[in-house]
Amino acid sequence: MSAEISPYGKLVRDGLWTNNPGLVQLLGLCPLLATSNNVVNGFTLGMATLLVLLMSNTIVSLIRPVVRQEIRIPIYVMVIAALVTVVELIMNAYFNALYNILGIFLPIITTNCIIIGRAEAYASKNPLRLAAFDGLMMGLGFTLVLVVLGGVRELLAQGTLGDGLNLILGESFKGVHLTLIPEYQGLLLAALPPGAFIGLGLLIAGKNWIDARYKARAVALAPAPA
Amino acid sequence: MSKNLGQVLRSGQVLGLFAIAAAGMLAGTHALTADRILQSERQRLLRQLQEVLPRGAYDNDVAADRIEFTSAQLDATQPVTVYRARRGGQPVAAVMTVTAPDGYSGAIQMLVGVGHDGHLTGVRVTGHKETPGLGDKIDSQRTDWILRFDGKSLADPAASGWAVKKDGGAFDQFAGATITPRAVVKAVHRSLQYFEQNRETMFSSAAEGGDS
Repeated sequence: MSAEISPYGKLVRDGLWTNNPGLVQLLGLCPLLATSNNVVNGFTLGMATLLVLLMSNTIVSLIRPVVRQEIRIPIYVMVIAALVTVVELIMNAYFNALYNILGIFLPIITTNCIIIGRAEAYASKNPLRLAAFDGLMMGLGFTLVLVVLGGVRELLAQGTLGDGLNLILGESFKGVHLTLIPEYQGLLLAALPPGAFIGLGLLIAGKNWIDARYKARAVALAPAPA
Repeated sequence: MSKNLGQVLRSGQVLGLFAIAAAGMLAGTHALTADRILQSERQRLLRQLQEVLPRGAYDNDVAADRIEFTSAQLDATQPVTVYRARRGGQPVAAVMTVTAPDGYSGAIQMLVGVGHDGHLTGVRVTGHKETPGLGDKIDSQRTDWILRFDGKSLADPAASGWAVKKDGGAFDQFAGATITPRAVVKAVHRSLQYFEQNRETMFSSAAEGGDS
């Protein structure tokens, strides 16, 4: 852990790992658990969240000079709600099938605590570029968890990966997906809500395990203090 | 006091300006996407209708040739929409939006297409909350089960056969899920009966306006 790490490097590490919204901050669990039943759904909701985070962090950072301390929260809420509705309208227009699959989870990105959390904790105190980059990294970190969890659940429940790719990439991709376990009977639990909780628990445990090992090794390698 | 008042007013002003800006942004996006959204909803409906109608057997604008019926038999909560397919003005088939209220986890929405001769031209589930991996096999995305209704009629199988095999009928249930297919079979049977009783009025009524 060098002290020279650039602010951008730190944002990458925080968003994707050390302060990952899904694994560490545990924010936005409701959509995370509900739409992680396969890779495509997880990826789409992740991307929609990323888009909103990027835009909300950008705007919140831009309006710092005019927003008074006492009314910042209602303004953030207004900005976020408007942005989510914009994303929702665009998805309805151009990705209608996905829009219908994600259903209620698209509009409730508004209430995803990651977004107002980042606005309040980071974007409202930092310059435009850093704030936008933070939004991007937090969004990526969230998407990553959604895709990994979606992948694990899809694999266990159906034996496939990437089912429904045609919904994002167009009709020519209909039926294109990896069947990793042919003639698979499926583990129903993975597709059901408890599967989401168990899967996320295992992911968090895995992350903590890796962190612990890394730390132990760092301690072992470090020269003994004089 | 006046200093406080000034602050309150300023805060209100800022909030108001943001509300106006946000509303403007939404109005703009809405104006840009409204047509496209209408179009994609329409395409979605057309795709669904095409799936339950015989390909190329009709030449009218099915989505626009629709009427609404109120029938507690088919849907107790909302009117049933019927889309009529015609060729050269002659009735070919009707597609009904049917709800099976007795699914395992709530209502199951379906489109039931019936040819003018009383044979099913296709059945599709358009909305359900059935258990993934068990009940969701009624979805044509999952299995071909729903295709087995194609070509069936009130006479084939006979009335006693309109049930799942477990109940002595002609239709397969799924391992671990009987309630879902039972609800679908019953709803399809009811639709056929309703069609039989109302066939003539269904095709002769004038189409209702609306563009959706």
